[in-house]
Amino acid sequence: MDEVEKTDLIFVIGSNTTEAHPVAALGLKKAVRYNGTKLIVADPRRIDLCRFADLHLGHRPATDVALINGILKVIIDEDLINKEFINERTEGFEDVRNLLSRFTIDEAERITGVPKEKIVKAARMYAGAKNALIYYTMGITQHSNGTGNVLSLANLVLATGKIGREGSGLNPLRGQNNVQGACDAGAISEYYPGYQKVNDEKNREKFERLWGAKLSEKIGLTATEMTEAADAEKIKAMYVMGENPLISDPDINHTRAAFSKIEFLVVQDIFMSETAELAHVILPASCFAEKDGTFTNTERRVQRVRKAVEPPGEAMEDWQIIMKISNAFGCKMEYEHPSQIMDELALSMPQCAGISFDRLNGLGIQWPCPDKAHPGTRTLHKERFTRGKGLFKPVEYIPPRELPDKEYPFTLTTGRMLTHYHTGTMTRRSAGTNEHVKEGYVEISPEDANRLNIKNGEKIRVSSRRGQIDIKAKVTTMVSPGIVFIPFHFKEAAANVLTSRELDPIAKIPELKSCAVKIEKK
Amino acid sequence: MKVIIDNKEIIANEGETVLEAAKRAGLKIPTLCHHPRLSNYGGCRVCVVEVGGMNRLITSCTTPVSDGMVVTTDSPKIRETRKTLLELILSDHPNDCMTCDKTGECALQDLAYEYGANVKENPYDGAMRQYPTEDKNQFIIRDFSKCILCAKCTRVCDEVRAVGAIDIMKRGFYAKVATSFDGVLDCEFCGNCVDVCPVGSLTEKLAKGKGRTWETGKVDTICGYCGVGCGITLHIKDNTVIKVTPTEKESVNNGALCVKGKFAYDFINNKDRLTRPLIKKDDKFVEASWDEAIDYTVKRLKEIKEKYGSNSIGGLSSARCTNEENYIFQKFIRAGIGTNNVDHCARY
Repeated sequence: MDEVEKTDLIFVIGSNTTEAHPVAALGLKKAVRYNGTKLIVADPRRIDLCRFADLHLGHRPATDVALINGILKVIIDEDLINKEFINERTEGFEDVRNLLSRFTIDEAERITGVPKEKIVKAARMYAGAKNALIYYTMGITQHSNGTGNVLSLANLVLATGKIGREGSGLNPLRGQNNVQGACDAGAISEYYPGYQKVNDEKNREKFERLWGAKLSEKIGLTATEMTEAADAEKIKAMYVMGENPLISDPDINHTRAAFSKIEFLVVQDIFMSETAELAHVILPASCFAEKDGTFTNTERRVQRVRKAVEPPGEAMEDWQIIMKISNAFGCKMEYEHPSQIMDELALSMPQCAGISFDRLNGLGIQWPCPDKAHPGTRTLHKERFTRGKGLFKPVEYIPPRELPDKEYPFTLTTGRMLTHYHTGTMTRRSAGTNEHVKEGYVEISPEDANRLNIKNGEKIRVSSRRGQIDIKAKVTTMVSPGIVFIPFHFKEAAANVLTSRELDPIAKIPELKSCAVKIEKK
Repeated sequence: MKVIIDNKEIIANEGETVLEAAKRAGLKIPTLCHHPRLSNYGGCRVCVVEVGGMNRLITSCTTPVSDGMVVTTDSPKIRETRKTLLELILSDHPNDCMTCDKTGECALQDLAYEYGANVKENPYDGAMRQYPTEDKNQFIIRDFSKCILCAKCTRVCDEVRAVGAIDIMKRGFYAKVATSFDGVLDCEFCGNCVDVCPVGSLTEKLAKGKGRTWETGKVDTICGYCGVGCGITLHIKDNTVIKVTPTEKESVNNGALCVKGKFAYDFINNKDRLTRPLIKKDDKFVEASWDEAIDYTVKRLKEIKEKYGSNSIGGLSSARCTNEENYIFQKFIRAGIGTNNVDHCARY
């Protein structure tokens, strides 16, 4: 994250950085104010970061591919591409050039609502910068075409050669303390630890040896697919540790119905969450302050978590609970301390082979760290990409699955706000933050509010094809006419009652950032 | 360039201040308004030193080194000056250390002790600032009568946070740290101003009266909220986290935190925490022992595996939990249950 000091331009798209990653945003603000770094912000909302931006592209929700393709189109037409990089380090550029030869900047303007002068300006600024960093978060990925959004950004980066050195690159900011680590450690359906595919025979044999058990060759279900399978009564039992899909899933009325069908649900958590209420067994677990272990941050930095207090009552550390269940089930686990688990983890994934607890002081270690003497790795893709050459993949704009219409004329987009976190399990049970922002709200533009005769603070009804909530109106110029925004932390007015279950076909990520809603006075 | 500080020859860097060069050489110069991450201010004057060839004392925090400079950081004259400066500050500072939350970690208290400042008989007559304490928000108590106008809070708010919620208004005796129009504090509540305040002017509402610094254990760990991975120090008393501060060690956050990392910690001791295993019987949760809960869970999982096969079972792991916990969770689902149906909320 400190690379931000060494760049000439920052392009933030689909990330409300100052609210969702406030401390990462400090670096961006500092670079702009003190280093003269240029900042482009692309977001349908006029987020706080726009105050610091040289250029704000307020594109309509879910039109990211059209915006990025528009920018890339200008870069190609004006010959601002990095030919040397394209020739030496990439393949497939012609496919993108061909696709974009059929695309015009006027089309980009029509789809995104961003004036073409701004698109041209963004293209010249980005391509003209010696080094440029792109930051994105769920505003890019949580779409039915989320994979397309990321690929279009990758095309932009490859065409201009802005990757693989300090001060340049494409950086997703991870939303949760250890979402990076959970992926690394294999808590994803298609990979063993270290992104080793489960349907590869060699990998399977390796893990069968390491774990001394026969393993399934079938790729598993993702979280969203498990909910669908529970609804279809194909998933009969679930073990849920520290997750609350009944608030965080899209279309939670459907999630509730699906989870209610599960024959046996065990939930391991620190509070009686909405999901725990449906459980057959609840196991009291521990929070971050009550255990030893490691978290891996958004820049792949493995850092040491240290136990400060004992869990309350009979609650136990999560690793001890999993071990108890596993041993009773007949899958033997004998760890006396999390450091021993890390040692096994290091054996299982080459990226972390050199990491052990005794090395994790201060700033921790950024993987890949292949051996005990290795200091860790700051920048990936320096000489080569993981697959060898960087591959261009032409991406066409596909409209979101659900567009506003006569009955549901508004586009709803969801996200986080500064004071609260995710499903509110922690921040809404902390006195200060809970008291500071007590309830949810829907941001609506002054134009729309005026037209519908809605006053700031008035309780209004927001409905989609999936459900309805009553929520306080917040009249603000943050959003443009036709767009409304609801933070998803508040169970009493849960944004995810409204959102849609449409999935990106590849990443299986739901389209949480765009659906159609209507607004009525109560 | 070479400078001599307290008879020690030091190689100093161009542009470095006397204070920075001395600090690098392991010499201690007292200061109330200097902070390594903020601009140089020269407000408190406590860092005064003698420089050869100059008649008056100079502030080491704002004076750049020059080649051949000869500096003395401690002498009777310097000590007397610092003592006077401290007494002037203390002449307009409430003498209520016994109930102040900052006691034990107050820079003014430490220096008053070190320099033997006369606190009992205030040698300086005159009016004292009388301000009501402002604590209309949920996080920060602002007691302006204790403010020494070091401007660390206003500088951190502007230079580090780029928020600018506060600045110093008016002049001289009437100078005061204020929000626009001197209203109540309404900002991002990152708490960085509290972290840098050297005295008891800015303190934490949630930690008030919970414990003195010498009573608390301190544990360095990593924040449990977003993916930035800020280093934090948990302050512990009686198995309770009573305060969170940014770690002073090397960290990705360089001394900064946000409202969640800084202030949203008391969920840890919330009365609603689950403390015993629960088993649902006739639609109601009944407390159970660990053995009962584990036996029942394993029995049901085995039955379902037997009846419907491994792929009828799924596990949701957690981005909230540690790497080690995620690793053994997926290991249990894969090697124990026998399915790859294991995932977590990376997608939403």
